[in-house]
Amino acid sequence: MSTHDHDDHEHGSELSETQLRVRALETILTEKGYVDPAVLDLIVEHYETKTGPHVGARVIAKAWVDPEFKRALLADATKAIGELGLLSRVGDHLIAVENTLRLHNMIVCTLCSCYPWEVLGLPPVWYKSAPYRSRAVMDPRGVLADVGVTLPAETVVRVWDSTAETRFIVLPPRPAGTAGWTEEQLAALVTRDCMIGTGLPRQPEEASS
Amino acid sequence: MNGVHDMGGMHGFGKVEPEKDEHPFHAGWEGRVLAMQRAMTFTGEWNIDMSRAAQERLPAKVYLSVSYYHRWALGLERNALEKGLVDADELAAGRALRPGKPVKRVLTKDELPRTFTRGSFSRPTNTKARFKPGDRVRAKNINPPNHTRLPRYARGHVGIVEAIRGCHVFPDSVTTGGGENPQWLYTVVFDSHELWGATADPTLKVSIEAFEPYLEPA
Repeated sequence: MSTHDHDDHEHGSELSETQLRVRALETILTEKGYVDPAVLDLIVEHYETKTGPHVGARVIAKAWVDPEFKRALLADATKAIGELGLLSRVGDHLIAVENTLRLHNMIVCTLCSCYPWEVLGLPPVWYKSAPYRSRAVMDPRGVLADVGVTLPAETVVRVWDSTAETRFIVLPPRPAGTAGWTEEQLAALVTRDCMIGTGLPRQPEEASS
Repeated sequence: MNGVHDMGGMHGFGKVEPEKDEHPFHAGWEGRVLAMQRAMTFTGEWNIDMSRAAQERLPAKVYLSVSYYHRWALGLERNALEKGLVDADELAAGRALRPGKPVKRVLTKDELPRTFTRGSFSRPTNTKARFKPGDRVRAKNINPPNHTRLPRYARGHVGIVEAIRGCHVFPDSVTTGGGENPQWLYTVVFDSHELWGATADPTLKVSIEAFEPYLEPA
């Protein structure tokens, strides 16, 4: 029931039932003056077009080239990212954790779907799914195997369960063979999943453009 | 509450299967639900903890069988009903049958940009943090029928305080009419054997973000 919740449970008539129910709710909330549909349009547009892992990728690339920024990021990610000027402001309590050869951090929210929206956009379906939420804290290596990632046997796997309003982003190690690369080139190696800890950055030879 | 939403350590849900080139929304109505959730939270009639609590109180069978944003929609209806902002006959009719109630504020285009920044949940306090980094603590064995953010898999287990995260709105209180009742928040890290027994992956460590009332000295 992970990936295709929709396909499995909401195809055909049930989809239209959900659609109608949601439309009815919007009508009621609008008629009662609690929401403005034009504002709802802008919210949807924001999450469809403006936020996304490209924001986080720029943060990671900056940390790879600028040791001072990296220190600031690991000390207080909200403050450090705020000073970059990529965003008007980052919400409080964003915490960056660094992956190394010896330590692999991975982020989950077992109780719901807490995720650092401002730097990664909306979470993918698998992150919010029961398989990930149930297994990440008990069998993270099994989860990584599902998505094709194998870590050295001796690497410590640290799973952060986002059970409060603190949010986490993983700072993955900079890929080898990228000496002299610009921040922009490096940002193209940063995947969403490597900032969740369920993936690794692209290697230089995988960079398409 | 000991609901099906508290999934850490459960078996039987299958493999993690990422979608290729996933779009933020899989259908137009999903975006509308997210937008309504944001706009209704802005009214100040309920907060994010109450949204979570509303979803957790859905029947277990429903929680597990509907898709993510469908669950949000059901939670949203429940929050609006419980706050008296809409009535059941209106949901059934699909239109407003009486005028809206006054709400603290309504989200406008001008105020929209700042709502894309997550609000802060830290609060000033006169109290001193009871624990410090390095302290051994036990997550209490609590089983409240209401909303809590202490996952079942950590209850009764001993971990180490790794960091103090400040004093934050206490979800258990704000969802049960007790107000924000701010509490110190800690990152507490547990060894895999402590949580999952002798056969657990010895290289695994798991941390939770734990409010002070969840913890006792160990």
